[in-house]
Amino acid sequence: MPAVTVGGLLPAAVLILDALGGALGANPVQRALHQTGQLALIVLLLSLVCTPLRRLTGWTWPARVRKALGLLAFFYALLHFAIYLFDHDFAPGLVLADVLERPFITAGFTALLLLVPLALTSTPQSVRRLGFARWTRLHQLVYASACLGALHYWWGVKKDHTSPLLAALALAALLAARWLWPAGRSRAGRRATSR
Amino acid sequence: LARPARPLGPYDTSEPVTPYGQATTYNNFYELGVSKDDPARNASALQVRPWTVEIDGEVEKPVTVDIDKLQSWFPLEDRIYRMRCVEGWSMVMPWLGFPLAALLRRVQPTGEARYVKFTAINDPQHLPGQQEPILDWPYVEGLRLDEAMHPLTFMAMGLDGKVLLPQSGAPLRLAVPWKYGFKSIKSVVRITLTASQPQTTWSLAAPDEYGFYANVNPAVPHPRWSQATERRIGELRRRDTLPFNGYAEQVAGLYKGMDLRRFY
Repeated sequence: MPAVTVGGLLPAAVLILDALGGALGANPVQRALHQTGQLALIVLLLSLVCTPLRRLTGWTWPARVRKALGLLAFFYALLHFAIYLFDHDFAPGLVLADVLERPFITAGFTALLLLVPLALTSTPQSVRRLGFARWTRLHQLVYASACLGALHYWWGVKKDHTSPLLAALALAALLAARWLWPAGRSRAGRRATSR
Repeated sequence: LARPARPLGPYDTSEPVTPYGQATTYNNFYELGVSKDDPARNASALQVRPWTVEIDGEVEKPVTVDIDKLQSWFPLEDRIYRMRCVEGWSMVMPWLGFPLAALLRRVQPTGEARYVKFTAINDPQHLPGQQEPILDWPYVEGLRLDEAMHPLTFMAMGLDGKVLLPQSGAPLRLAVPWKYGFKSIKSVVRITLTASQPQTTWSLAAPDEYGFYANVNPAVPHPRWSQATERRIGELRRRDTLPFNGYAEQVAGLYKGMDLRRFY
């Protein structure tokens, strides 16, 4: 397993050890819910660093870890959702009401849904089957997912929006970087894509 | 503070009490920080002595009194109350203290008094949370006078046989068990009787989410989550939230004829 995947799974291992050791505090379900949600968003933002970093520097390694980061983000988002379902006793009525009636949950749930087709088409075979242009367009859904994820985080905080604000600013910077250094414009970018 | 050894009283719940270690490490007390474990960690920032409480406004006998003197006025009672946080979790708290009604009778509300306003400690020099504009400091809360006079409405000075720790609202805090926890203001320094409804901190901060009444009501969801169920701290499964947090028999009469969806 590549180092990124191993490193990226470490927080999950720590979370499981903490849960087994009773180290998640008085409300372990809520703690696990918050940790996995934050991890999902952080790793998703890291996956969005890869492309601008490659274009700016000409390095190719960011492109090689992008897929692992994207799948890790999806893994944490799924785990987050699974804990949310547990938190609601897997009661379909409660969950459906949440998803339909509460924008906070609608945003988070949609962010997760948008990641599903991306995870399913993360293989080289999918790129070939869809064609690079269509695959790229499909994978632009990640921007919508990240925006909804950041909004979900913002709405999920009762007061003190420092952390959600930092996430939103990071996301805005990453989106702006794509606009400032579009694909194939820079010399470094050309060098990278020609490889 | 000695906890009177006696059988359960008429206001006590027989449910298992939340372990003291959990009740004192999982707290909302933004003056000491916004994370659940911040208040316990930053507890030493709250200076609990000397402490005076000012009781003023629409009363015949306004008084400013030292906290230890105030305690000597009333025999300590214990009350095992459910506490339901607006965030969807709950605890069972064995409070020690005295009914607010006893204090109010002593200062004699005037004929003009309709509400009671509570003000918490304001000490931005020492309290880390008050160095940030998280809320409009100091924290203020309020009750209607009939709510304040209700025998369930309690001023707590101890928990589980021990003097209140800062994170629990030392040295004097309100405990109104049929309302969401944020109504039960901590570390009170001033109690003012007023003719008009006082403003309250959370309803100023987010009026569409937190109202003046804030009675526990499973039928009225918070905009971001349902209030139909709750997690009792220490339990993994959720349980149903009861109207007025299970105190409907005692307090529903206070709200006869009121639209509780409007006055949430």
